[in-house]
Amino acid sequence: MSTMTYAGTAVDVDAEGFLLDHGQWNEQVAAEIATEAGIGELSERHWLVIDFMRKTYLESGAAPSIRTLGKVSGVPIKELYELFPKGPAKLAAKVAGIPKPRGCI
Amino acid sequence: MSTQANGSTPEPIEKVSIIVSKGSLEGVYPGLIMANGARMEGIEANLFFTFFGLDAISKAKHENVKVATVGNPGLHLATWAGGIPGVSSLVTHKLAQEMEKLDIPPIPEFVEMIAESGAGLYACKASVDLFGLEREDFVDEVQDVITVGEFYGLAAGGQIIFT
Repeated sequence: MSTMTYAGTAVDVDAEGFLLDHGQWNEQVAAEIATEAGIGELSERHWLVIDFMRKTYLESGAAPSIRTLGKVSGVPIKELYELFPKGPAKLAAKVAGIPKPRGCI
Repeated sequence: MSTQANGSTPEPIEKVSIIVSKGSLEGVYPGLIMANGARMEGIEANLFFTFFGLDAISKAKHENVKVATVGNPGLHLATWAGGIPGVSSLVTHKLAQEMEKLDIPPIPEFVEMIAESGAGLYACKASVDLFGLEREDFVDEVQDVITVGEFYGLAAGGQIIFT
């Protein structure tokens, strides 16, 4: 475990930079993680995905799969990869302040 | 990230080209899962379907890919039992139910998903000719029917995985 400072707030992260406590997350933290991850400025479409990731995680305890994201979030799979080219499920989870998805699908 | 014996960090994989050569359910899924998993990690991926692996992208057959219940010791089912009509369909149906629980899509949906993720899907020309098939026999997501040589060209600079 290590500590990172985003938007003036110290947050606990794992070795890959995923937040350990989603309660330490806020929108400024998300914006700075996104910049650091090379995603750049977050658009409305990014936020749709990020909000869906958080909502699903907080309700079910697990991040949604790409399949679920594509079917339910309102953002089709093709666009998910355009928004998060280096891996939508993983990067969106990181920006959303929730643990790294463990699924293979 | 792992380190190598000499203490250096290995270069991350940036591109994979995966060959799907078998037409059974257990022959098709591993390649699809690896291709999808590659894209999920931001790794460039190509899928090359050859021989009976073509069934995974065949409009006529992709909904009917089944578990091989004969000659499949992993199932721990007597060969004679595996050959009884309907057993292969039953085992396939049970497995499909379990896969759905894990959010693993059926083959047609999975192929579509992988194409949408930006992976390239190709059919092997030698097999297409051998089986007397045409481009139109394959799902729209297939980009092209290509030769082995063209496949190697596409795979250049990446890893090749044969399944």
